[in-house]
Amino acid sequence: MAELKGWRDIPIGGMILEAGNAVEYPTGTWRAFRPVFGEAKCIHCFTCWLYCPDSSILVDPENEKMLGFDLEHCKGCGICASVCPVNAKVRREAGEELARDDPRLCIRMVEEGKFQE
Amino acid sequence: MSKFEALTGNDAVATAMRQINPDVVAAYPITPQTSTVQKFSEFVADGLVDTEFVTVESEHSAMSACVGASAAGARVMTATSANGLALMWEIVYIAASNRLPIVMSLVNRALSAPINIHCDHSDVMGMRDSGWIILFSENAQEAYDNIIQAVRIAEHPDVLLPVAVCQDGFITSHGMERVEIYEDEDVRAFIGEYRPQWSILDVDHPKTYGPLDFYDYYYEHKRQQVEAMKNAHRVIQEVAEEFNRKFNRNYGLFEAYRLDDAEVAVVVVNSTAGTAKVVVDQLRAEGLKVGLLKPRVFRPFPAKELVDALRHLKAVAVMDRSISFGSMGNAGPLFLELAAAMALHGVHIPMADYVFGLGGRDILPSEIESVYRDMLRAAETGQVERMVTYLSVRE
Repeated sequence: MAELKGWRDIPIGGMILEAGNAVEYPTGTWRAFRPVFGEAKCIHCFTCWLYCPDSSILVDPENEKMLGFDLEHCKGCGICASVCPVNAKVRREAGEELARDDPRLCIRMVEEGKFQE
Repeated sequence: MSKFEALTGNDAVATAMRQINPDVVAAYPITPQTSTVQKFSEFVADGLVDTEFVTVESEHSAMSACVGASAAGARVMTATSANGLALMWEIVYIAASNRLPIVMSLVNRALSAPINIHCDHSDVMGMRDSGWIILFSENAQEAYDNIIQAVRIAEHPDVLLPVAVCQDGFITSHGMERVEIYEDEDVRAFIGEYRPQWSILDVDHPKTYGPLDFYDYYYEHKRQQVEAMKNAHRVIQEVAEEFNRKFNRNYGLFEAYRLDDAEVAVVVVNSTAGTAKVVVDQLRAEGLKVGLLKPRVFRPFPAKELVDALRHLKAVAVMDRSISFGSMGNAGPLFLELAAAMALHGVHIPMADYVFGLGGRDILPSEIESVYRDMLRAAETGQVERMVTYLSVRE
């Protein structure tokens, strides 16, 4: 965390005078659920990248690959998991609801407290 | 050359707005402010101003449009009264906290309920902690002059706060008076061109207004607002001095009327000060040493200057056109703050509050005279009979 400035040294009214400095705000500390890859294989469709409100999907544009999650900034909102077309097609029994951390999913949302490397 | 016109308070303000030629005006009709923006919309329709006049569906939207336009770097004005101001509430604070120099003509009217369209000061007194600069005007001339000065005060780089200019609903807003209207060029030269430091429309240098601000910085931004208010105390006087020189007027933090050699005084804002001056003259003719203090600037509250102007007196009455319900003695806000200022500056003289004129009830010279006679008695005995009197209410 950067050293906090006094009231004389910051722009008035909470204004942000430079563009693109959200990257300096580590919003990953807010996270309660962590996106984790599961068994279903990523098809690199970039849908999660398109929808992520925090630009926290790491991609390799040259090779058109989805690489993973920027956990410094990911707030754990789970939008990536909910828009993932692979998640939607994971096989399930009729009427079965998959838990959000089901190991069969492509993008799983795992409770931070239960997460193990 | 300036010229004298017969104008209502609202027309005088609309005329000032025409001369100021703001970039954006967003307002919603509400009595008794309505004729201000009605008149101004005629100026827009006649092509006399370049203003983008935004007709909104509520006062909440009016102030929101003002905030957006001001953040974009526009010179912005609005007008409202009572319940309209109350509906703006959320955005009133946001305008001040985002440091947007919006100028509002606030035509004072009683807040509901019961519903009432006539004058008292319950509307403005509710916004006294919102971070707006608040000026009072005795008559149409002062409303006109204050609106012009408000632009300069609000936009001063050391201030950057919104300003509300008050006048009494109907009494001033709809009463026709002789008003000196200055040359358009002179007014425009006085206010100058607005050059905002930041604009959200500056696509080459994008800015963010009003982002999330937590426990790590919110407090520092509030401290900045305190500094802006401190600076406003100085800037209001500097702007007044320049205005006085240019237009031959006599504005300051307050007006003292026959106060120097007075023994007792009344403190009252807006139109009632005019009535009180007549009473002062009548009592002076009887040889009684009475005076008047009419605050012009209520926010920032010029405590030290007010105390210094009053410290030689033997008794002081404050007349409040609103009640701070449940406050000490159920008194009015002006009394509460002035009494605190006097005590904290070590001036201990008899003081009493006279609440009057709620919901537009007339205040008669004979009633103001009774206040002076109460104070003359208090000056002799060294104490007031009651701390708070509700003048002319029926028992």
